[in-house]
Order: sequence, then C-alpha cells, then structure tokens
Amino acid sequence: MIEVRALTAGYGPVTVLRDLNFRADAGQITCIMGRNGAGKSTLMKAIMGLVPASSGSIVLNGQDVTRLPAHQVPLQGIAYVPQGRRLFGPLTVAENIAIGLNARRKGQATRDFVLDLFPRLGERLEQVASTLSGGEQQMLAIARALCLEPQVLLLDEPTEGLQPSMIALIRDTILKLKASGMATVLVEQRVDAVLKMADRVAFMMHGRVEAEAEARDLTAASPQFQEFVGV
Amino acid sequence: MSFGPFLLLALLEGTVMAAVLALTAVGLSLVFGVMRVVNVAHGEFFMLGAVGAWFITYYLPLPPGLAWLVALIIAPLVVGAIAALADVTILKRLKYDPEATIVATIGLLYILQQAALTFYGPDARPVEPPFSLRLQFPWFGYSGYKLFVVAAAGAILLAVWLFMTRTKAGLVMRATQVDMETARAFGINVDRVYAGTFALGAALAAAAAVLIVPIQQAHYLMGHDPLLLSFIVVIIGGLGSIRGTLIAALLIGLSDGVISMFFSPTLAKIIATLLVAMVLVFRPQGLFGARA
Repeated sequence: MIEVRALTAGYGPVTVLRDLNFRADAGQITCIMGRNGAGKSTLMKAIMGLVPASSGSIVLNGQDVTRLPAHQVPLQGIAYVPQGRRLFGPLTVAENIAIGLNARRKGQATRDFVLDLFPRLGERLEQVASTLSGGEQQMLAIARALCLEPQVLLLDEPTEGLQPSMIALIRDTILKLKASGMATVLVEQRVDAVLKMADRVAFMMHGRVEAEAEARDLTAASPQFQEFVGV
Repeated sequence: MSFGPFLLLALLEGTVMAAVLALTAVGLSLVFGVMRVVNVAHGEFFMLGAVGAWFITYYLPLPPGLAWLVALIIAPLVVGAIAALADVTILKRLKYDPEATIVATIGLLYILQQAALTFYGPDARPVEPPFSLRLQFPWFGYSGYKLFVVAAAGAILLAVWLFMTRTKAGLVMRATQVDMETARAFGINVDRVYAGTFALGAALAAAAAVLIVPIQQAHYLMGHDPLLLSFIVVIIGGLGSIRGTLIAALLIGLSDGVISMFFSPTLAKIIATLLVAMVLVFRPQGLFGARA
C-alpha cells in the first residue's frame, strides 16, 4: 500500500531520517515504536510532505508521491492525525469536519459515517473545538482525518494524555477502521497497546527503522522493547 | 452654533473617518492574521485605489456617477491583482519570513509610490462625487455623499464578514490562520490562500480609497496617513482580530472627529498615538487579540 524507500529527510540543515525503509499494508496496523528523538513524528510529516525529502522515495500504490506539494499528498488518500491533535481550535466541530470533507470533496455520506463513529461529536457540532475535552478533541482529530476517506491513515500517538476509558474507545475505533481495509500507521509508546492492536511493528532509532517484527511473534518481554523503547 | 449641534457634526465627521479607517485597517489585519506579514505597503494600495479611481473617472466616457461606480469595482480588482503579483513574486520567495517581509514591503512601498509619481504626477487631483446631495439639519447642512460612504463601507465590511464566516473560502482562510501546516495536511493550498488574502487586504484598502477620494483628492503621497492610522487601529484592536479592528476603528475615528473639531487635528493624532503606547505597555496583544 505505502512504501518508504531509502528516505533521507530533515529540517533545513538538520537530517533526522537517514536512509529509512518502511512499509505499511492494506488492512493492517503497522506500529512505529522508538525513543524520543528517534524520528517517528518526522517520518509521519515526511510521508505527508510537510518535511522535505532530500533523497529516497515514498510510494503509494505504485505511485511516487515524494515530490508532490504538501497540499496534494492528502488528495492521494493519505490522512494524518498529528501528535497533540492540532485541531483548528477557534473553529467549531462542524467547521473542523468541513475542512476534512472539503479536502477530497466528500459529502454527506462521509459526514454521517464519521458522526456515527463518534456520536458525541454530533451533539457538539456548534461547539468551538478548543473547548472540547481531551478525548473529544482526539475523536475530532480522527474524525477530521477520516473525512478524507483515506487509504492510509497516519496516527501519531493518538492516546497520549487520555483517560483509560477514552483510550479504549480510540483503540476500538482504530481496530474497526482496520477491518475496513485501511492501512493504518500508528506511532505508539505503550507496549500493551501495540501487542493488542498491531499486525507489524517497526522499531526506530537514530532516524532509521532498525528492526521489524510481526506482532504475533512479540511478547511484553521481547528484547526489542527494551532495546528500542527502553521498557 | 451651540455645543449639541457642534458635537453632532463632530460625530458625523468621526463616523465617516471610522468607516473608511475600518475598511482599510481590516485589510491590514487580515493580512497579518492569516499570513503573519506586517504589510508596510498597505497605504500604497490605498493610494493606488484613489489614483486608479481618478484614471477611470477621467478617461472613461461615462456620466460621473457611473464612472465612479465602475471605479469602485475595477480599482480594487486591479489593486488586488497587483498585490497578488507582489505576493507571488516577492513574499512567497522570502518564505513569508516576518522580518524579511517587512523590509520587502518597505521596498514595495517605494516602488508603488515612485510608479505613481512617474505615471500620475505630483499633483493632487479631484474625483467628482457620484452624486450631489445636501442633507439639511436644523442647525447645519451635511454632505449626503459622506453618509453614503459610511453606508457603503458598512456594506463592504458586512460582505467581508459573511465571506469569512459563511463561505468555504473564508473557512479555508480561517483554518490557515490557525495552523498553516495542518491546513496543508488537509489539502489546503496555502500559497493560493496567501495570495488571495494579500489581494483581498489590498482590495479593501483600494475600495476605502475610492470611497473617500471624492472628499480628499488623489495624490501619490496620500498613503502615509491611512497606513499610520491602520497600524494604530490594528494594534489597539489586536493584530489579526477583525472584531477588535472594527471597534478600534470606531474608537479612533470618533475620537479623532470630536477632538479635531473641538481642539485640533494634531491633538487627536497625539492622543491616538498615546493610546497605542498605553496598549503596547499594558496589553501588548491589543484589546481583542490573543495572547502570544
């Protein structure tokens, strides 16, 4: 579905990703784990075209999207839920959803689908996004991304800072989306969550994917978690 | 004339000034709010609107009222197009760096001013009002055109508000204002939004100038005062806050009208500048701006 080949990217003179290779397949959840500064969020941004690639390529369904302007990347079917949610805070819930729908000109059916997925948002359509609770903001961030009807969904630590009931809800939603055939790339730091949700796990260190494993081959005691995540 | 009618006259003059100032300053505020660009050339877009109105009304073989109406439509469009061109050829290349764009817009100010001097000349030239109507109050007569300026500026500001709050393009502009990077991640062509915003800001200044030029005359140096007053208004209202800009324009316009009438225009400017200094010291984000 999406493949990152020998990608080198960074911020101006600072190189963060070095010769990185990564793959995510349809109908699978691929988790990315690594310590702070390993380059996980930069990889997400590079896939979205928000961090320019100096070499290498990003290929979506056989089409090279590496050099596309950032605003054209989501139009190819890649949606992004950034770390910290980054909602359009002063805009209402309905307006945030409208921004997602406008991106790929999706209509009422898509809107209904995301509001069915998160009924609580439907009750707060006219509420300003920044006044929602943390969990509701995360729902909105995911809903906004799903409005693109993406083939690939990038989620950067979507359960960070949420209470346990909300974490469970977000995880259930991600598993539902997997069943729809979407390729999900999930940056996650919690081992238990990764073991429950992931099909494959990519371990990053110093801007590279240093190890990969099938999730079914991992346990909480697997040495990769100690080596690459420090738990 | 006794105090009451004198005050009424001062308030009417202040309202005219507030209306034109609001229109000009909203353009400046939009550009800063969405693009984070302090546009020092904003006053020159105002001047181009007035000069454009003179050219159109002078050369177009139409009755004065109709020619002026054409100017009100065409001059802002042309000035907006010039601004969009300046955005694409200058500001975009500077990656909208806040400091570099200040220097660049200072350069743009001089380019536009000297171009006007070259092609228009150093003289102040009148533009005939589209209609002549004198409203007779019990104490004094007053220009009907001036009241039309207030109504027209109000209508344009209402249209801008509806555009920003009720249209897809306005929604996209507001989203870009909040978070440009996330906007890109949702398919928004930020470069196009910036060019459109810069054009809209300039067009509003030009529209304000077309409205006021039958009262003031067109001159190639007429952009200084609107620029200074617009900065005063957007600093008091809060950079990027449309609501704050409108309220501050009303405050500055009315106080200017009253103080100029009862004391002197110089004192009005001194008080406005003092007010800016106080806002910068005690509430740097302005009355309605968000804290940085």
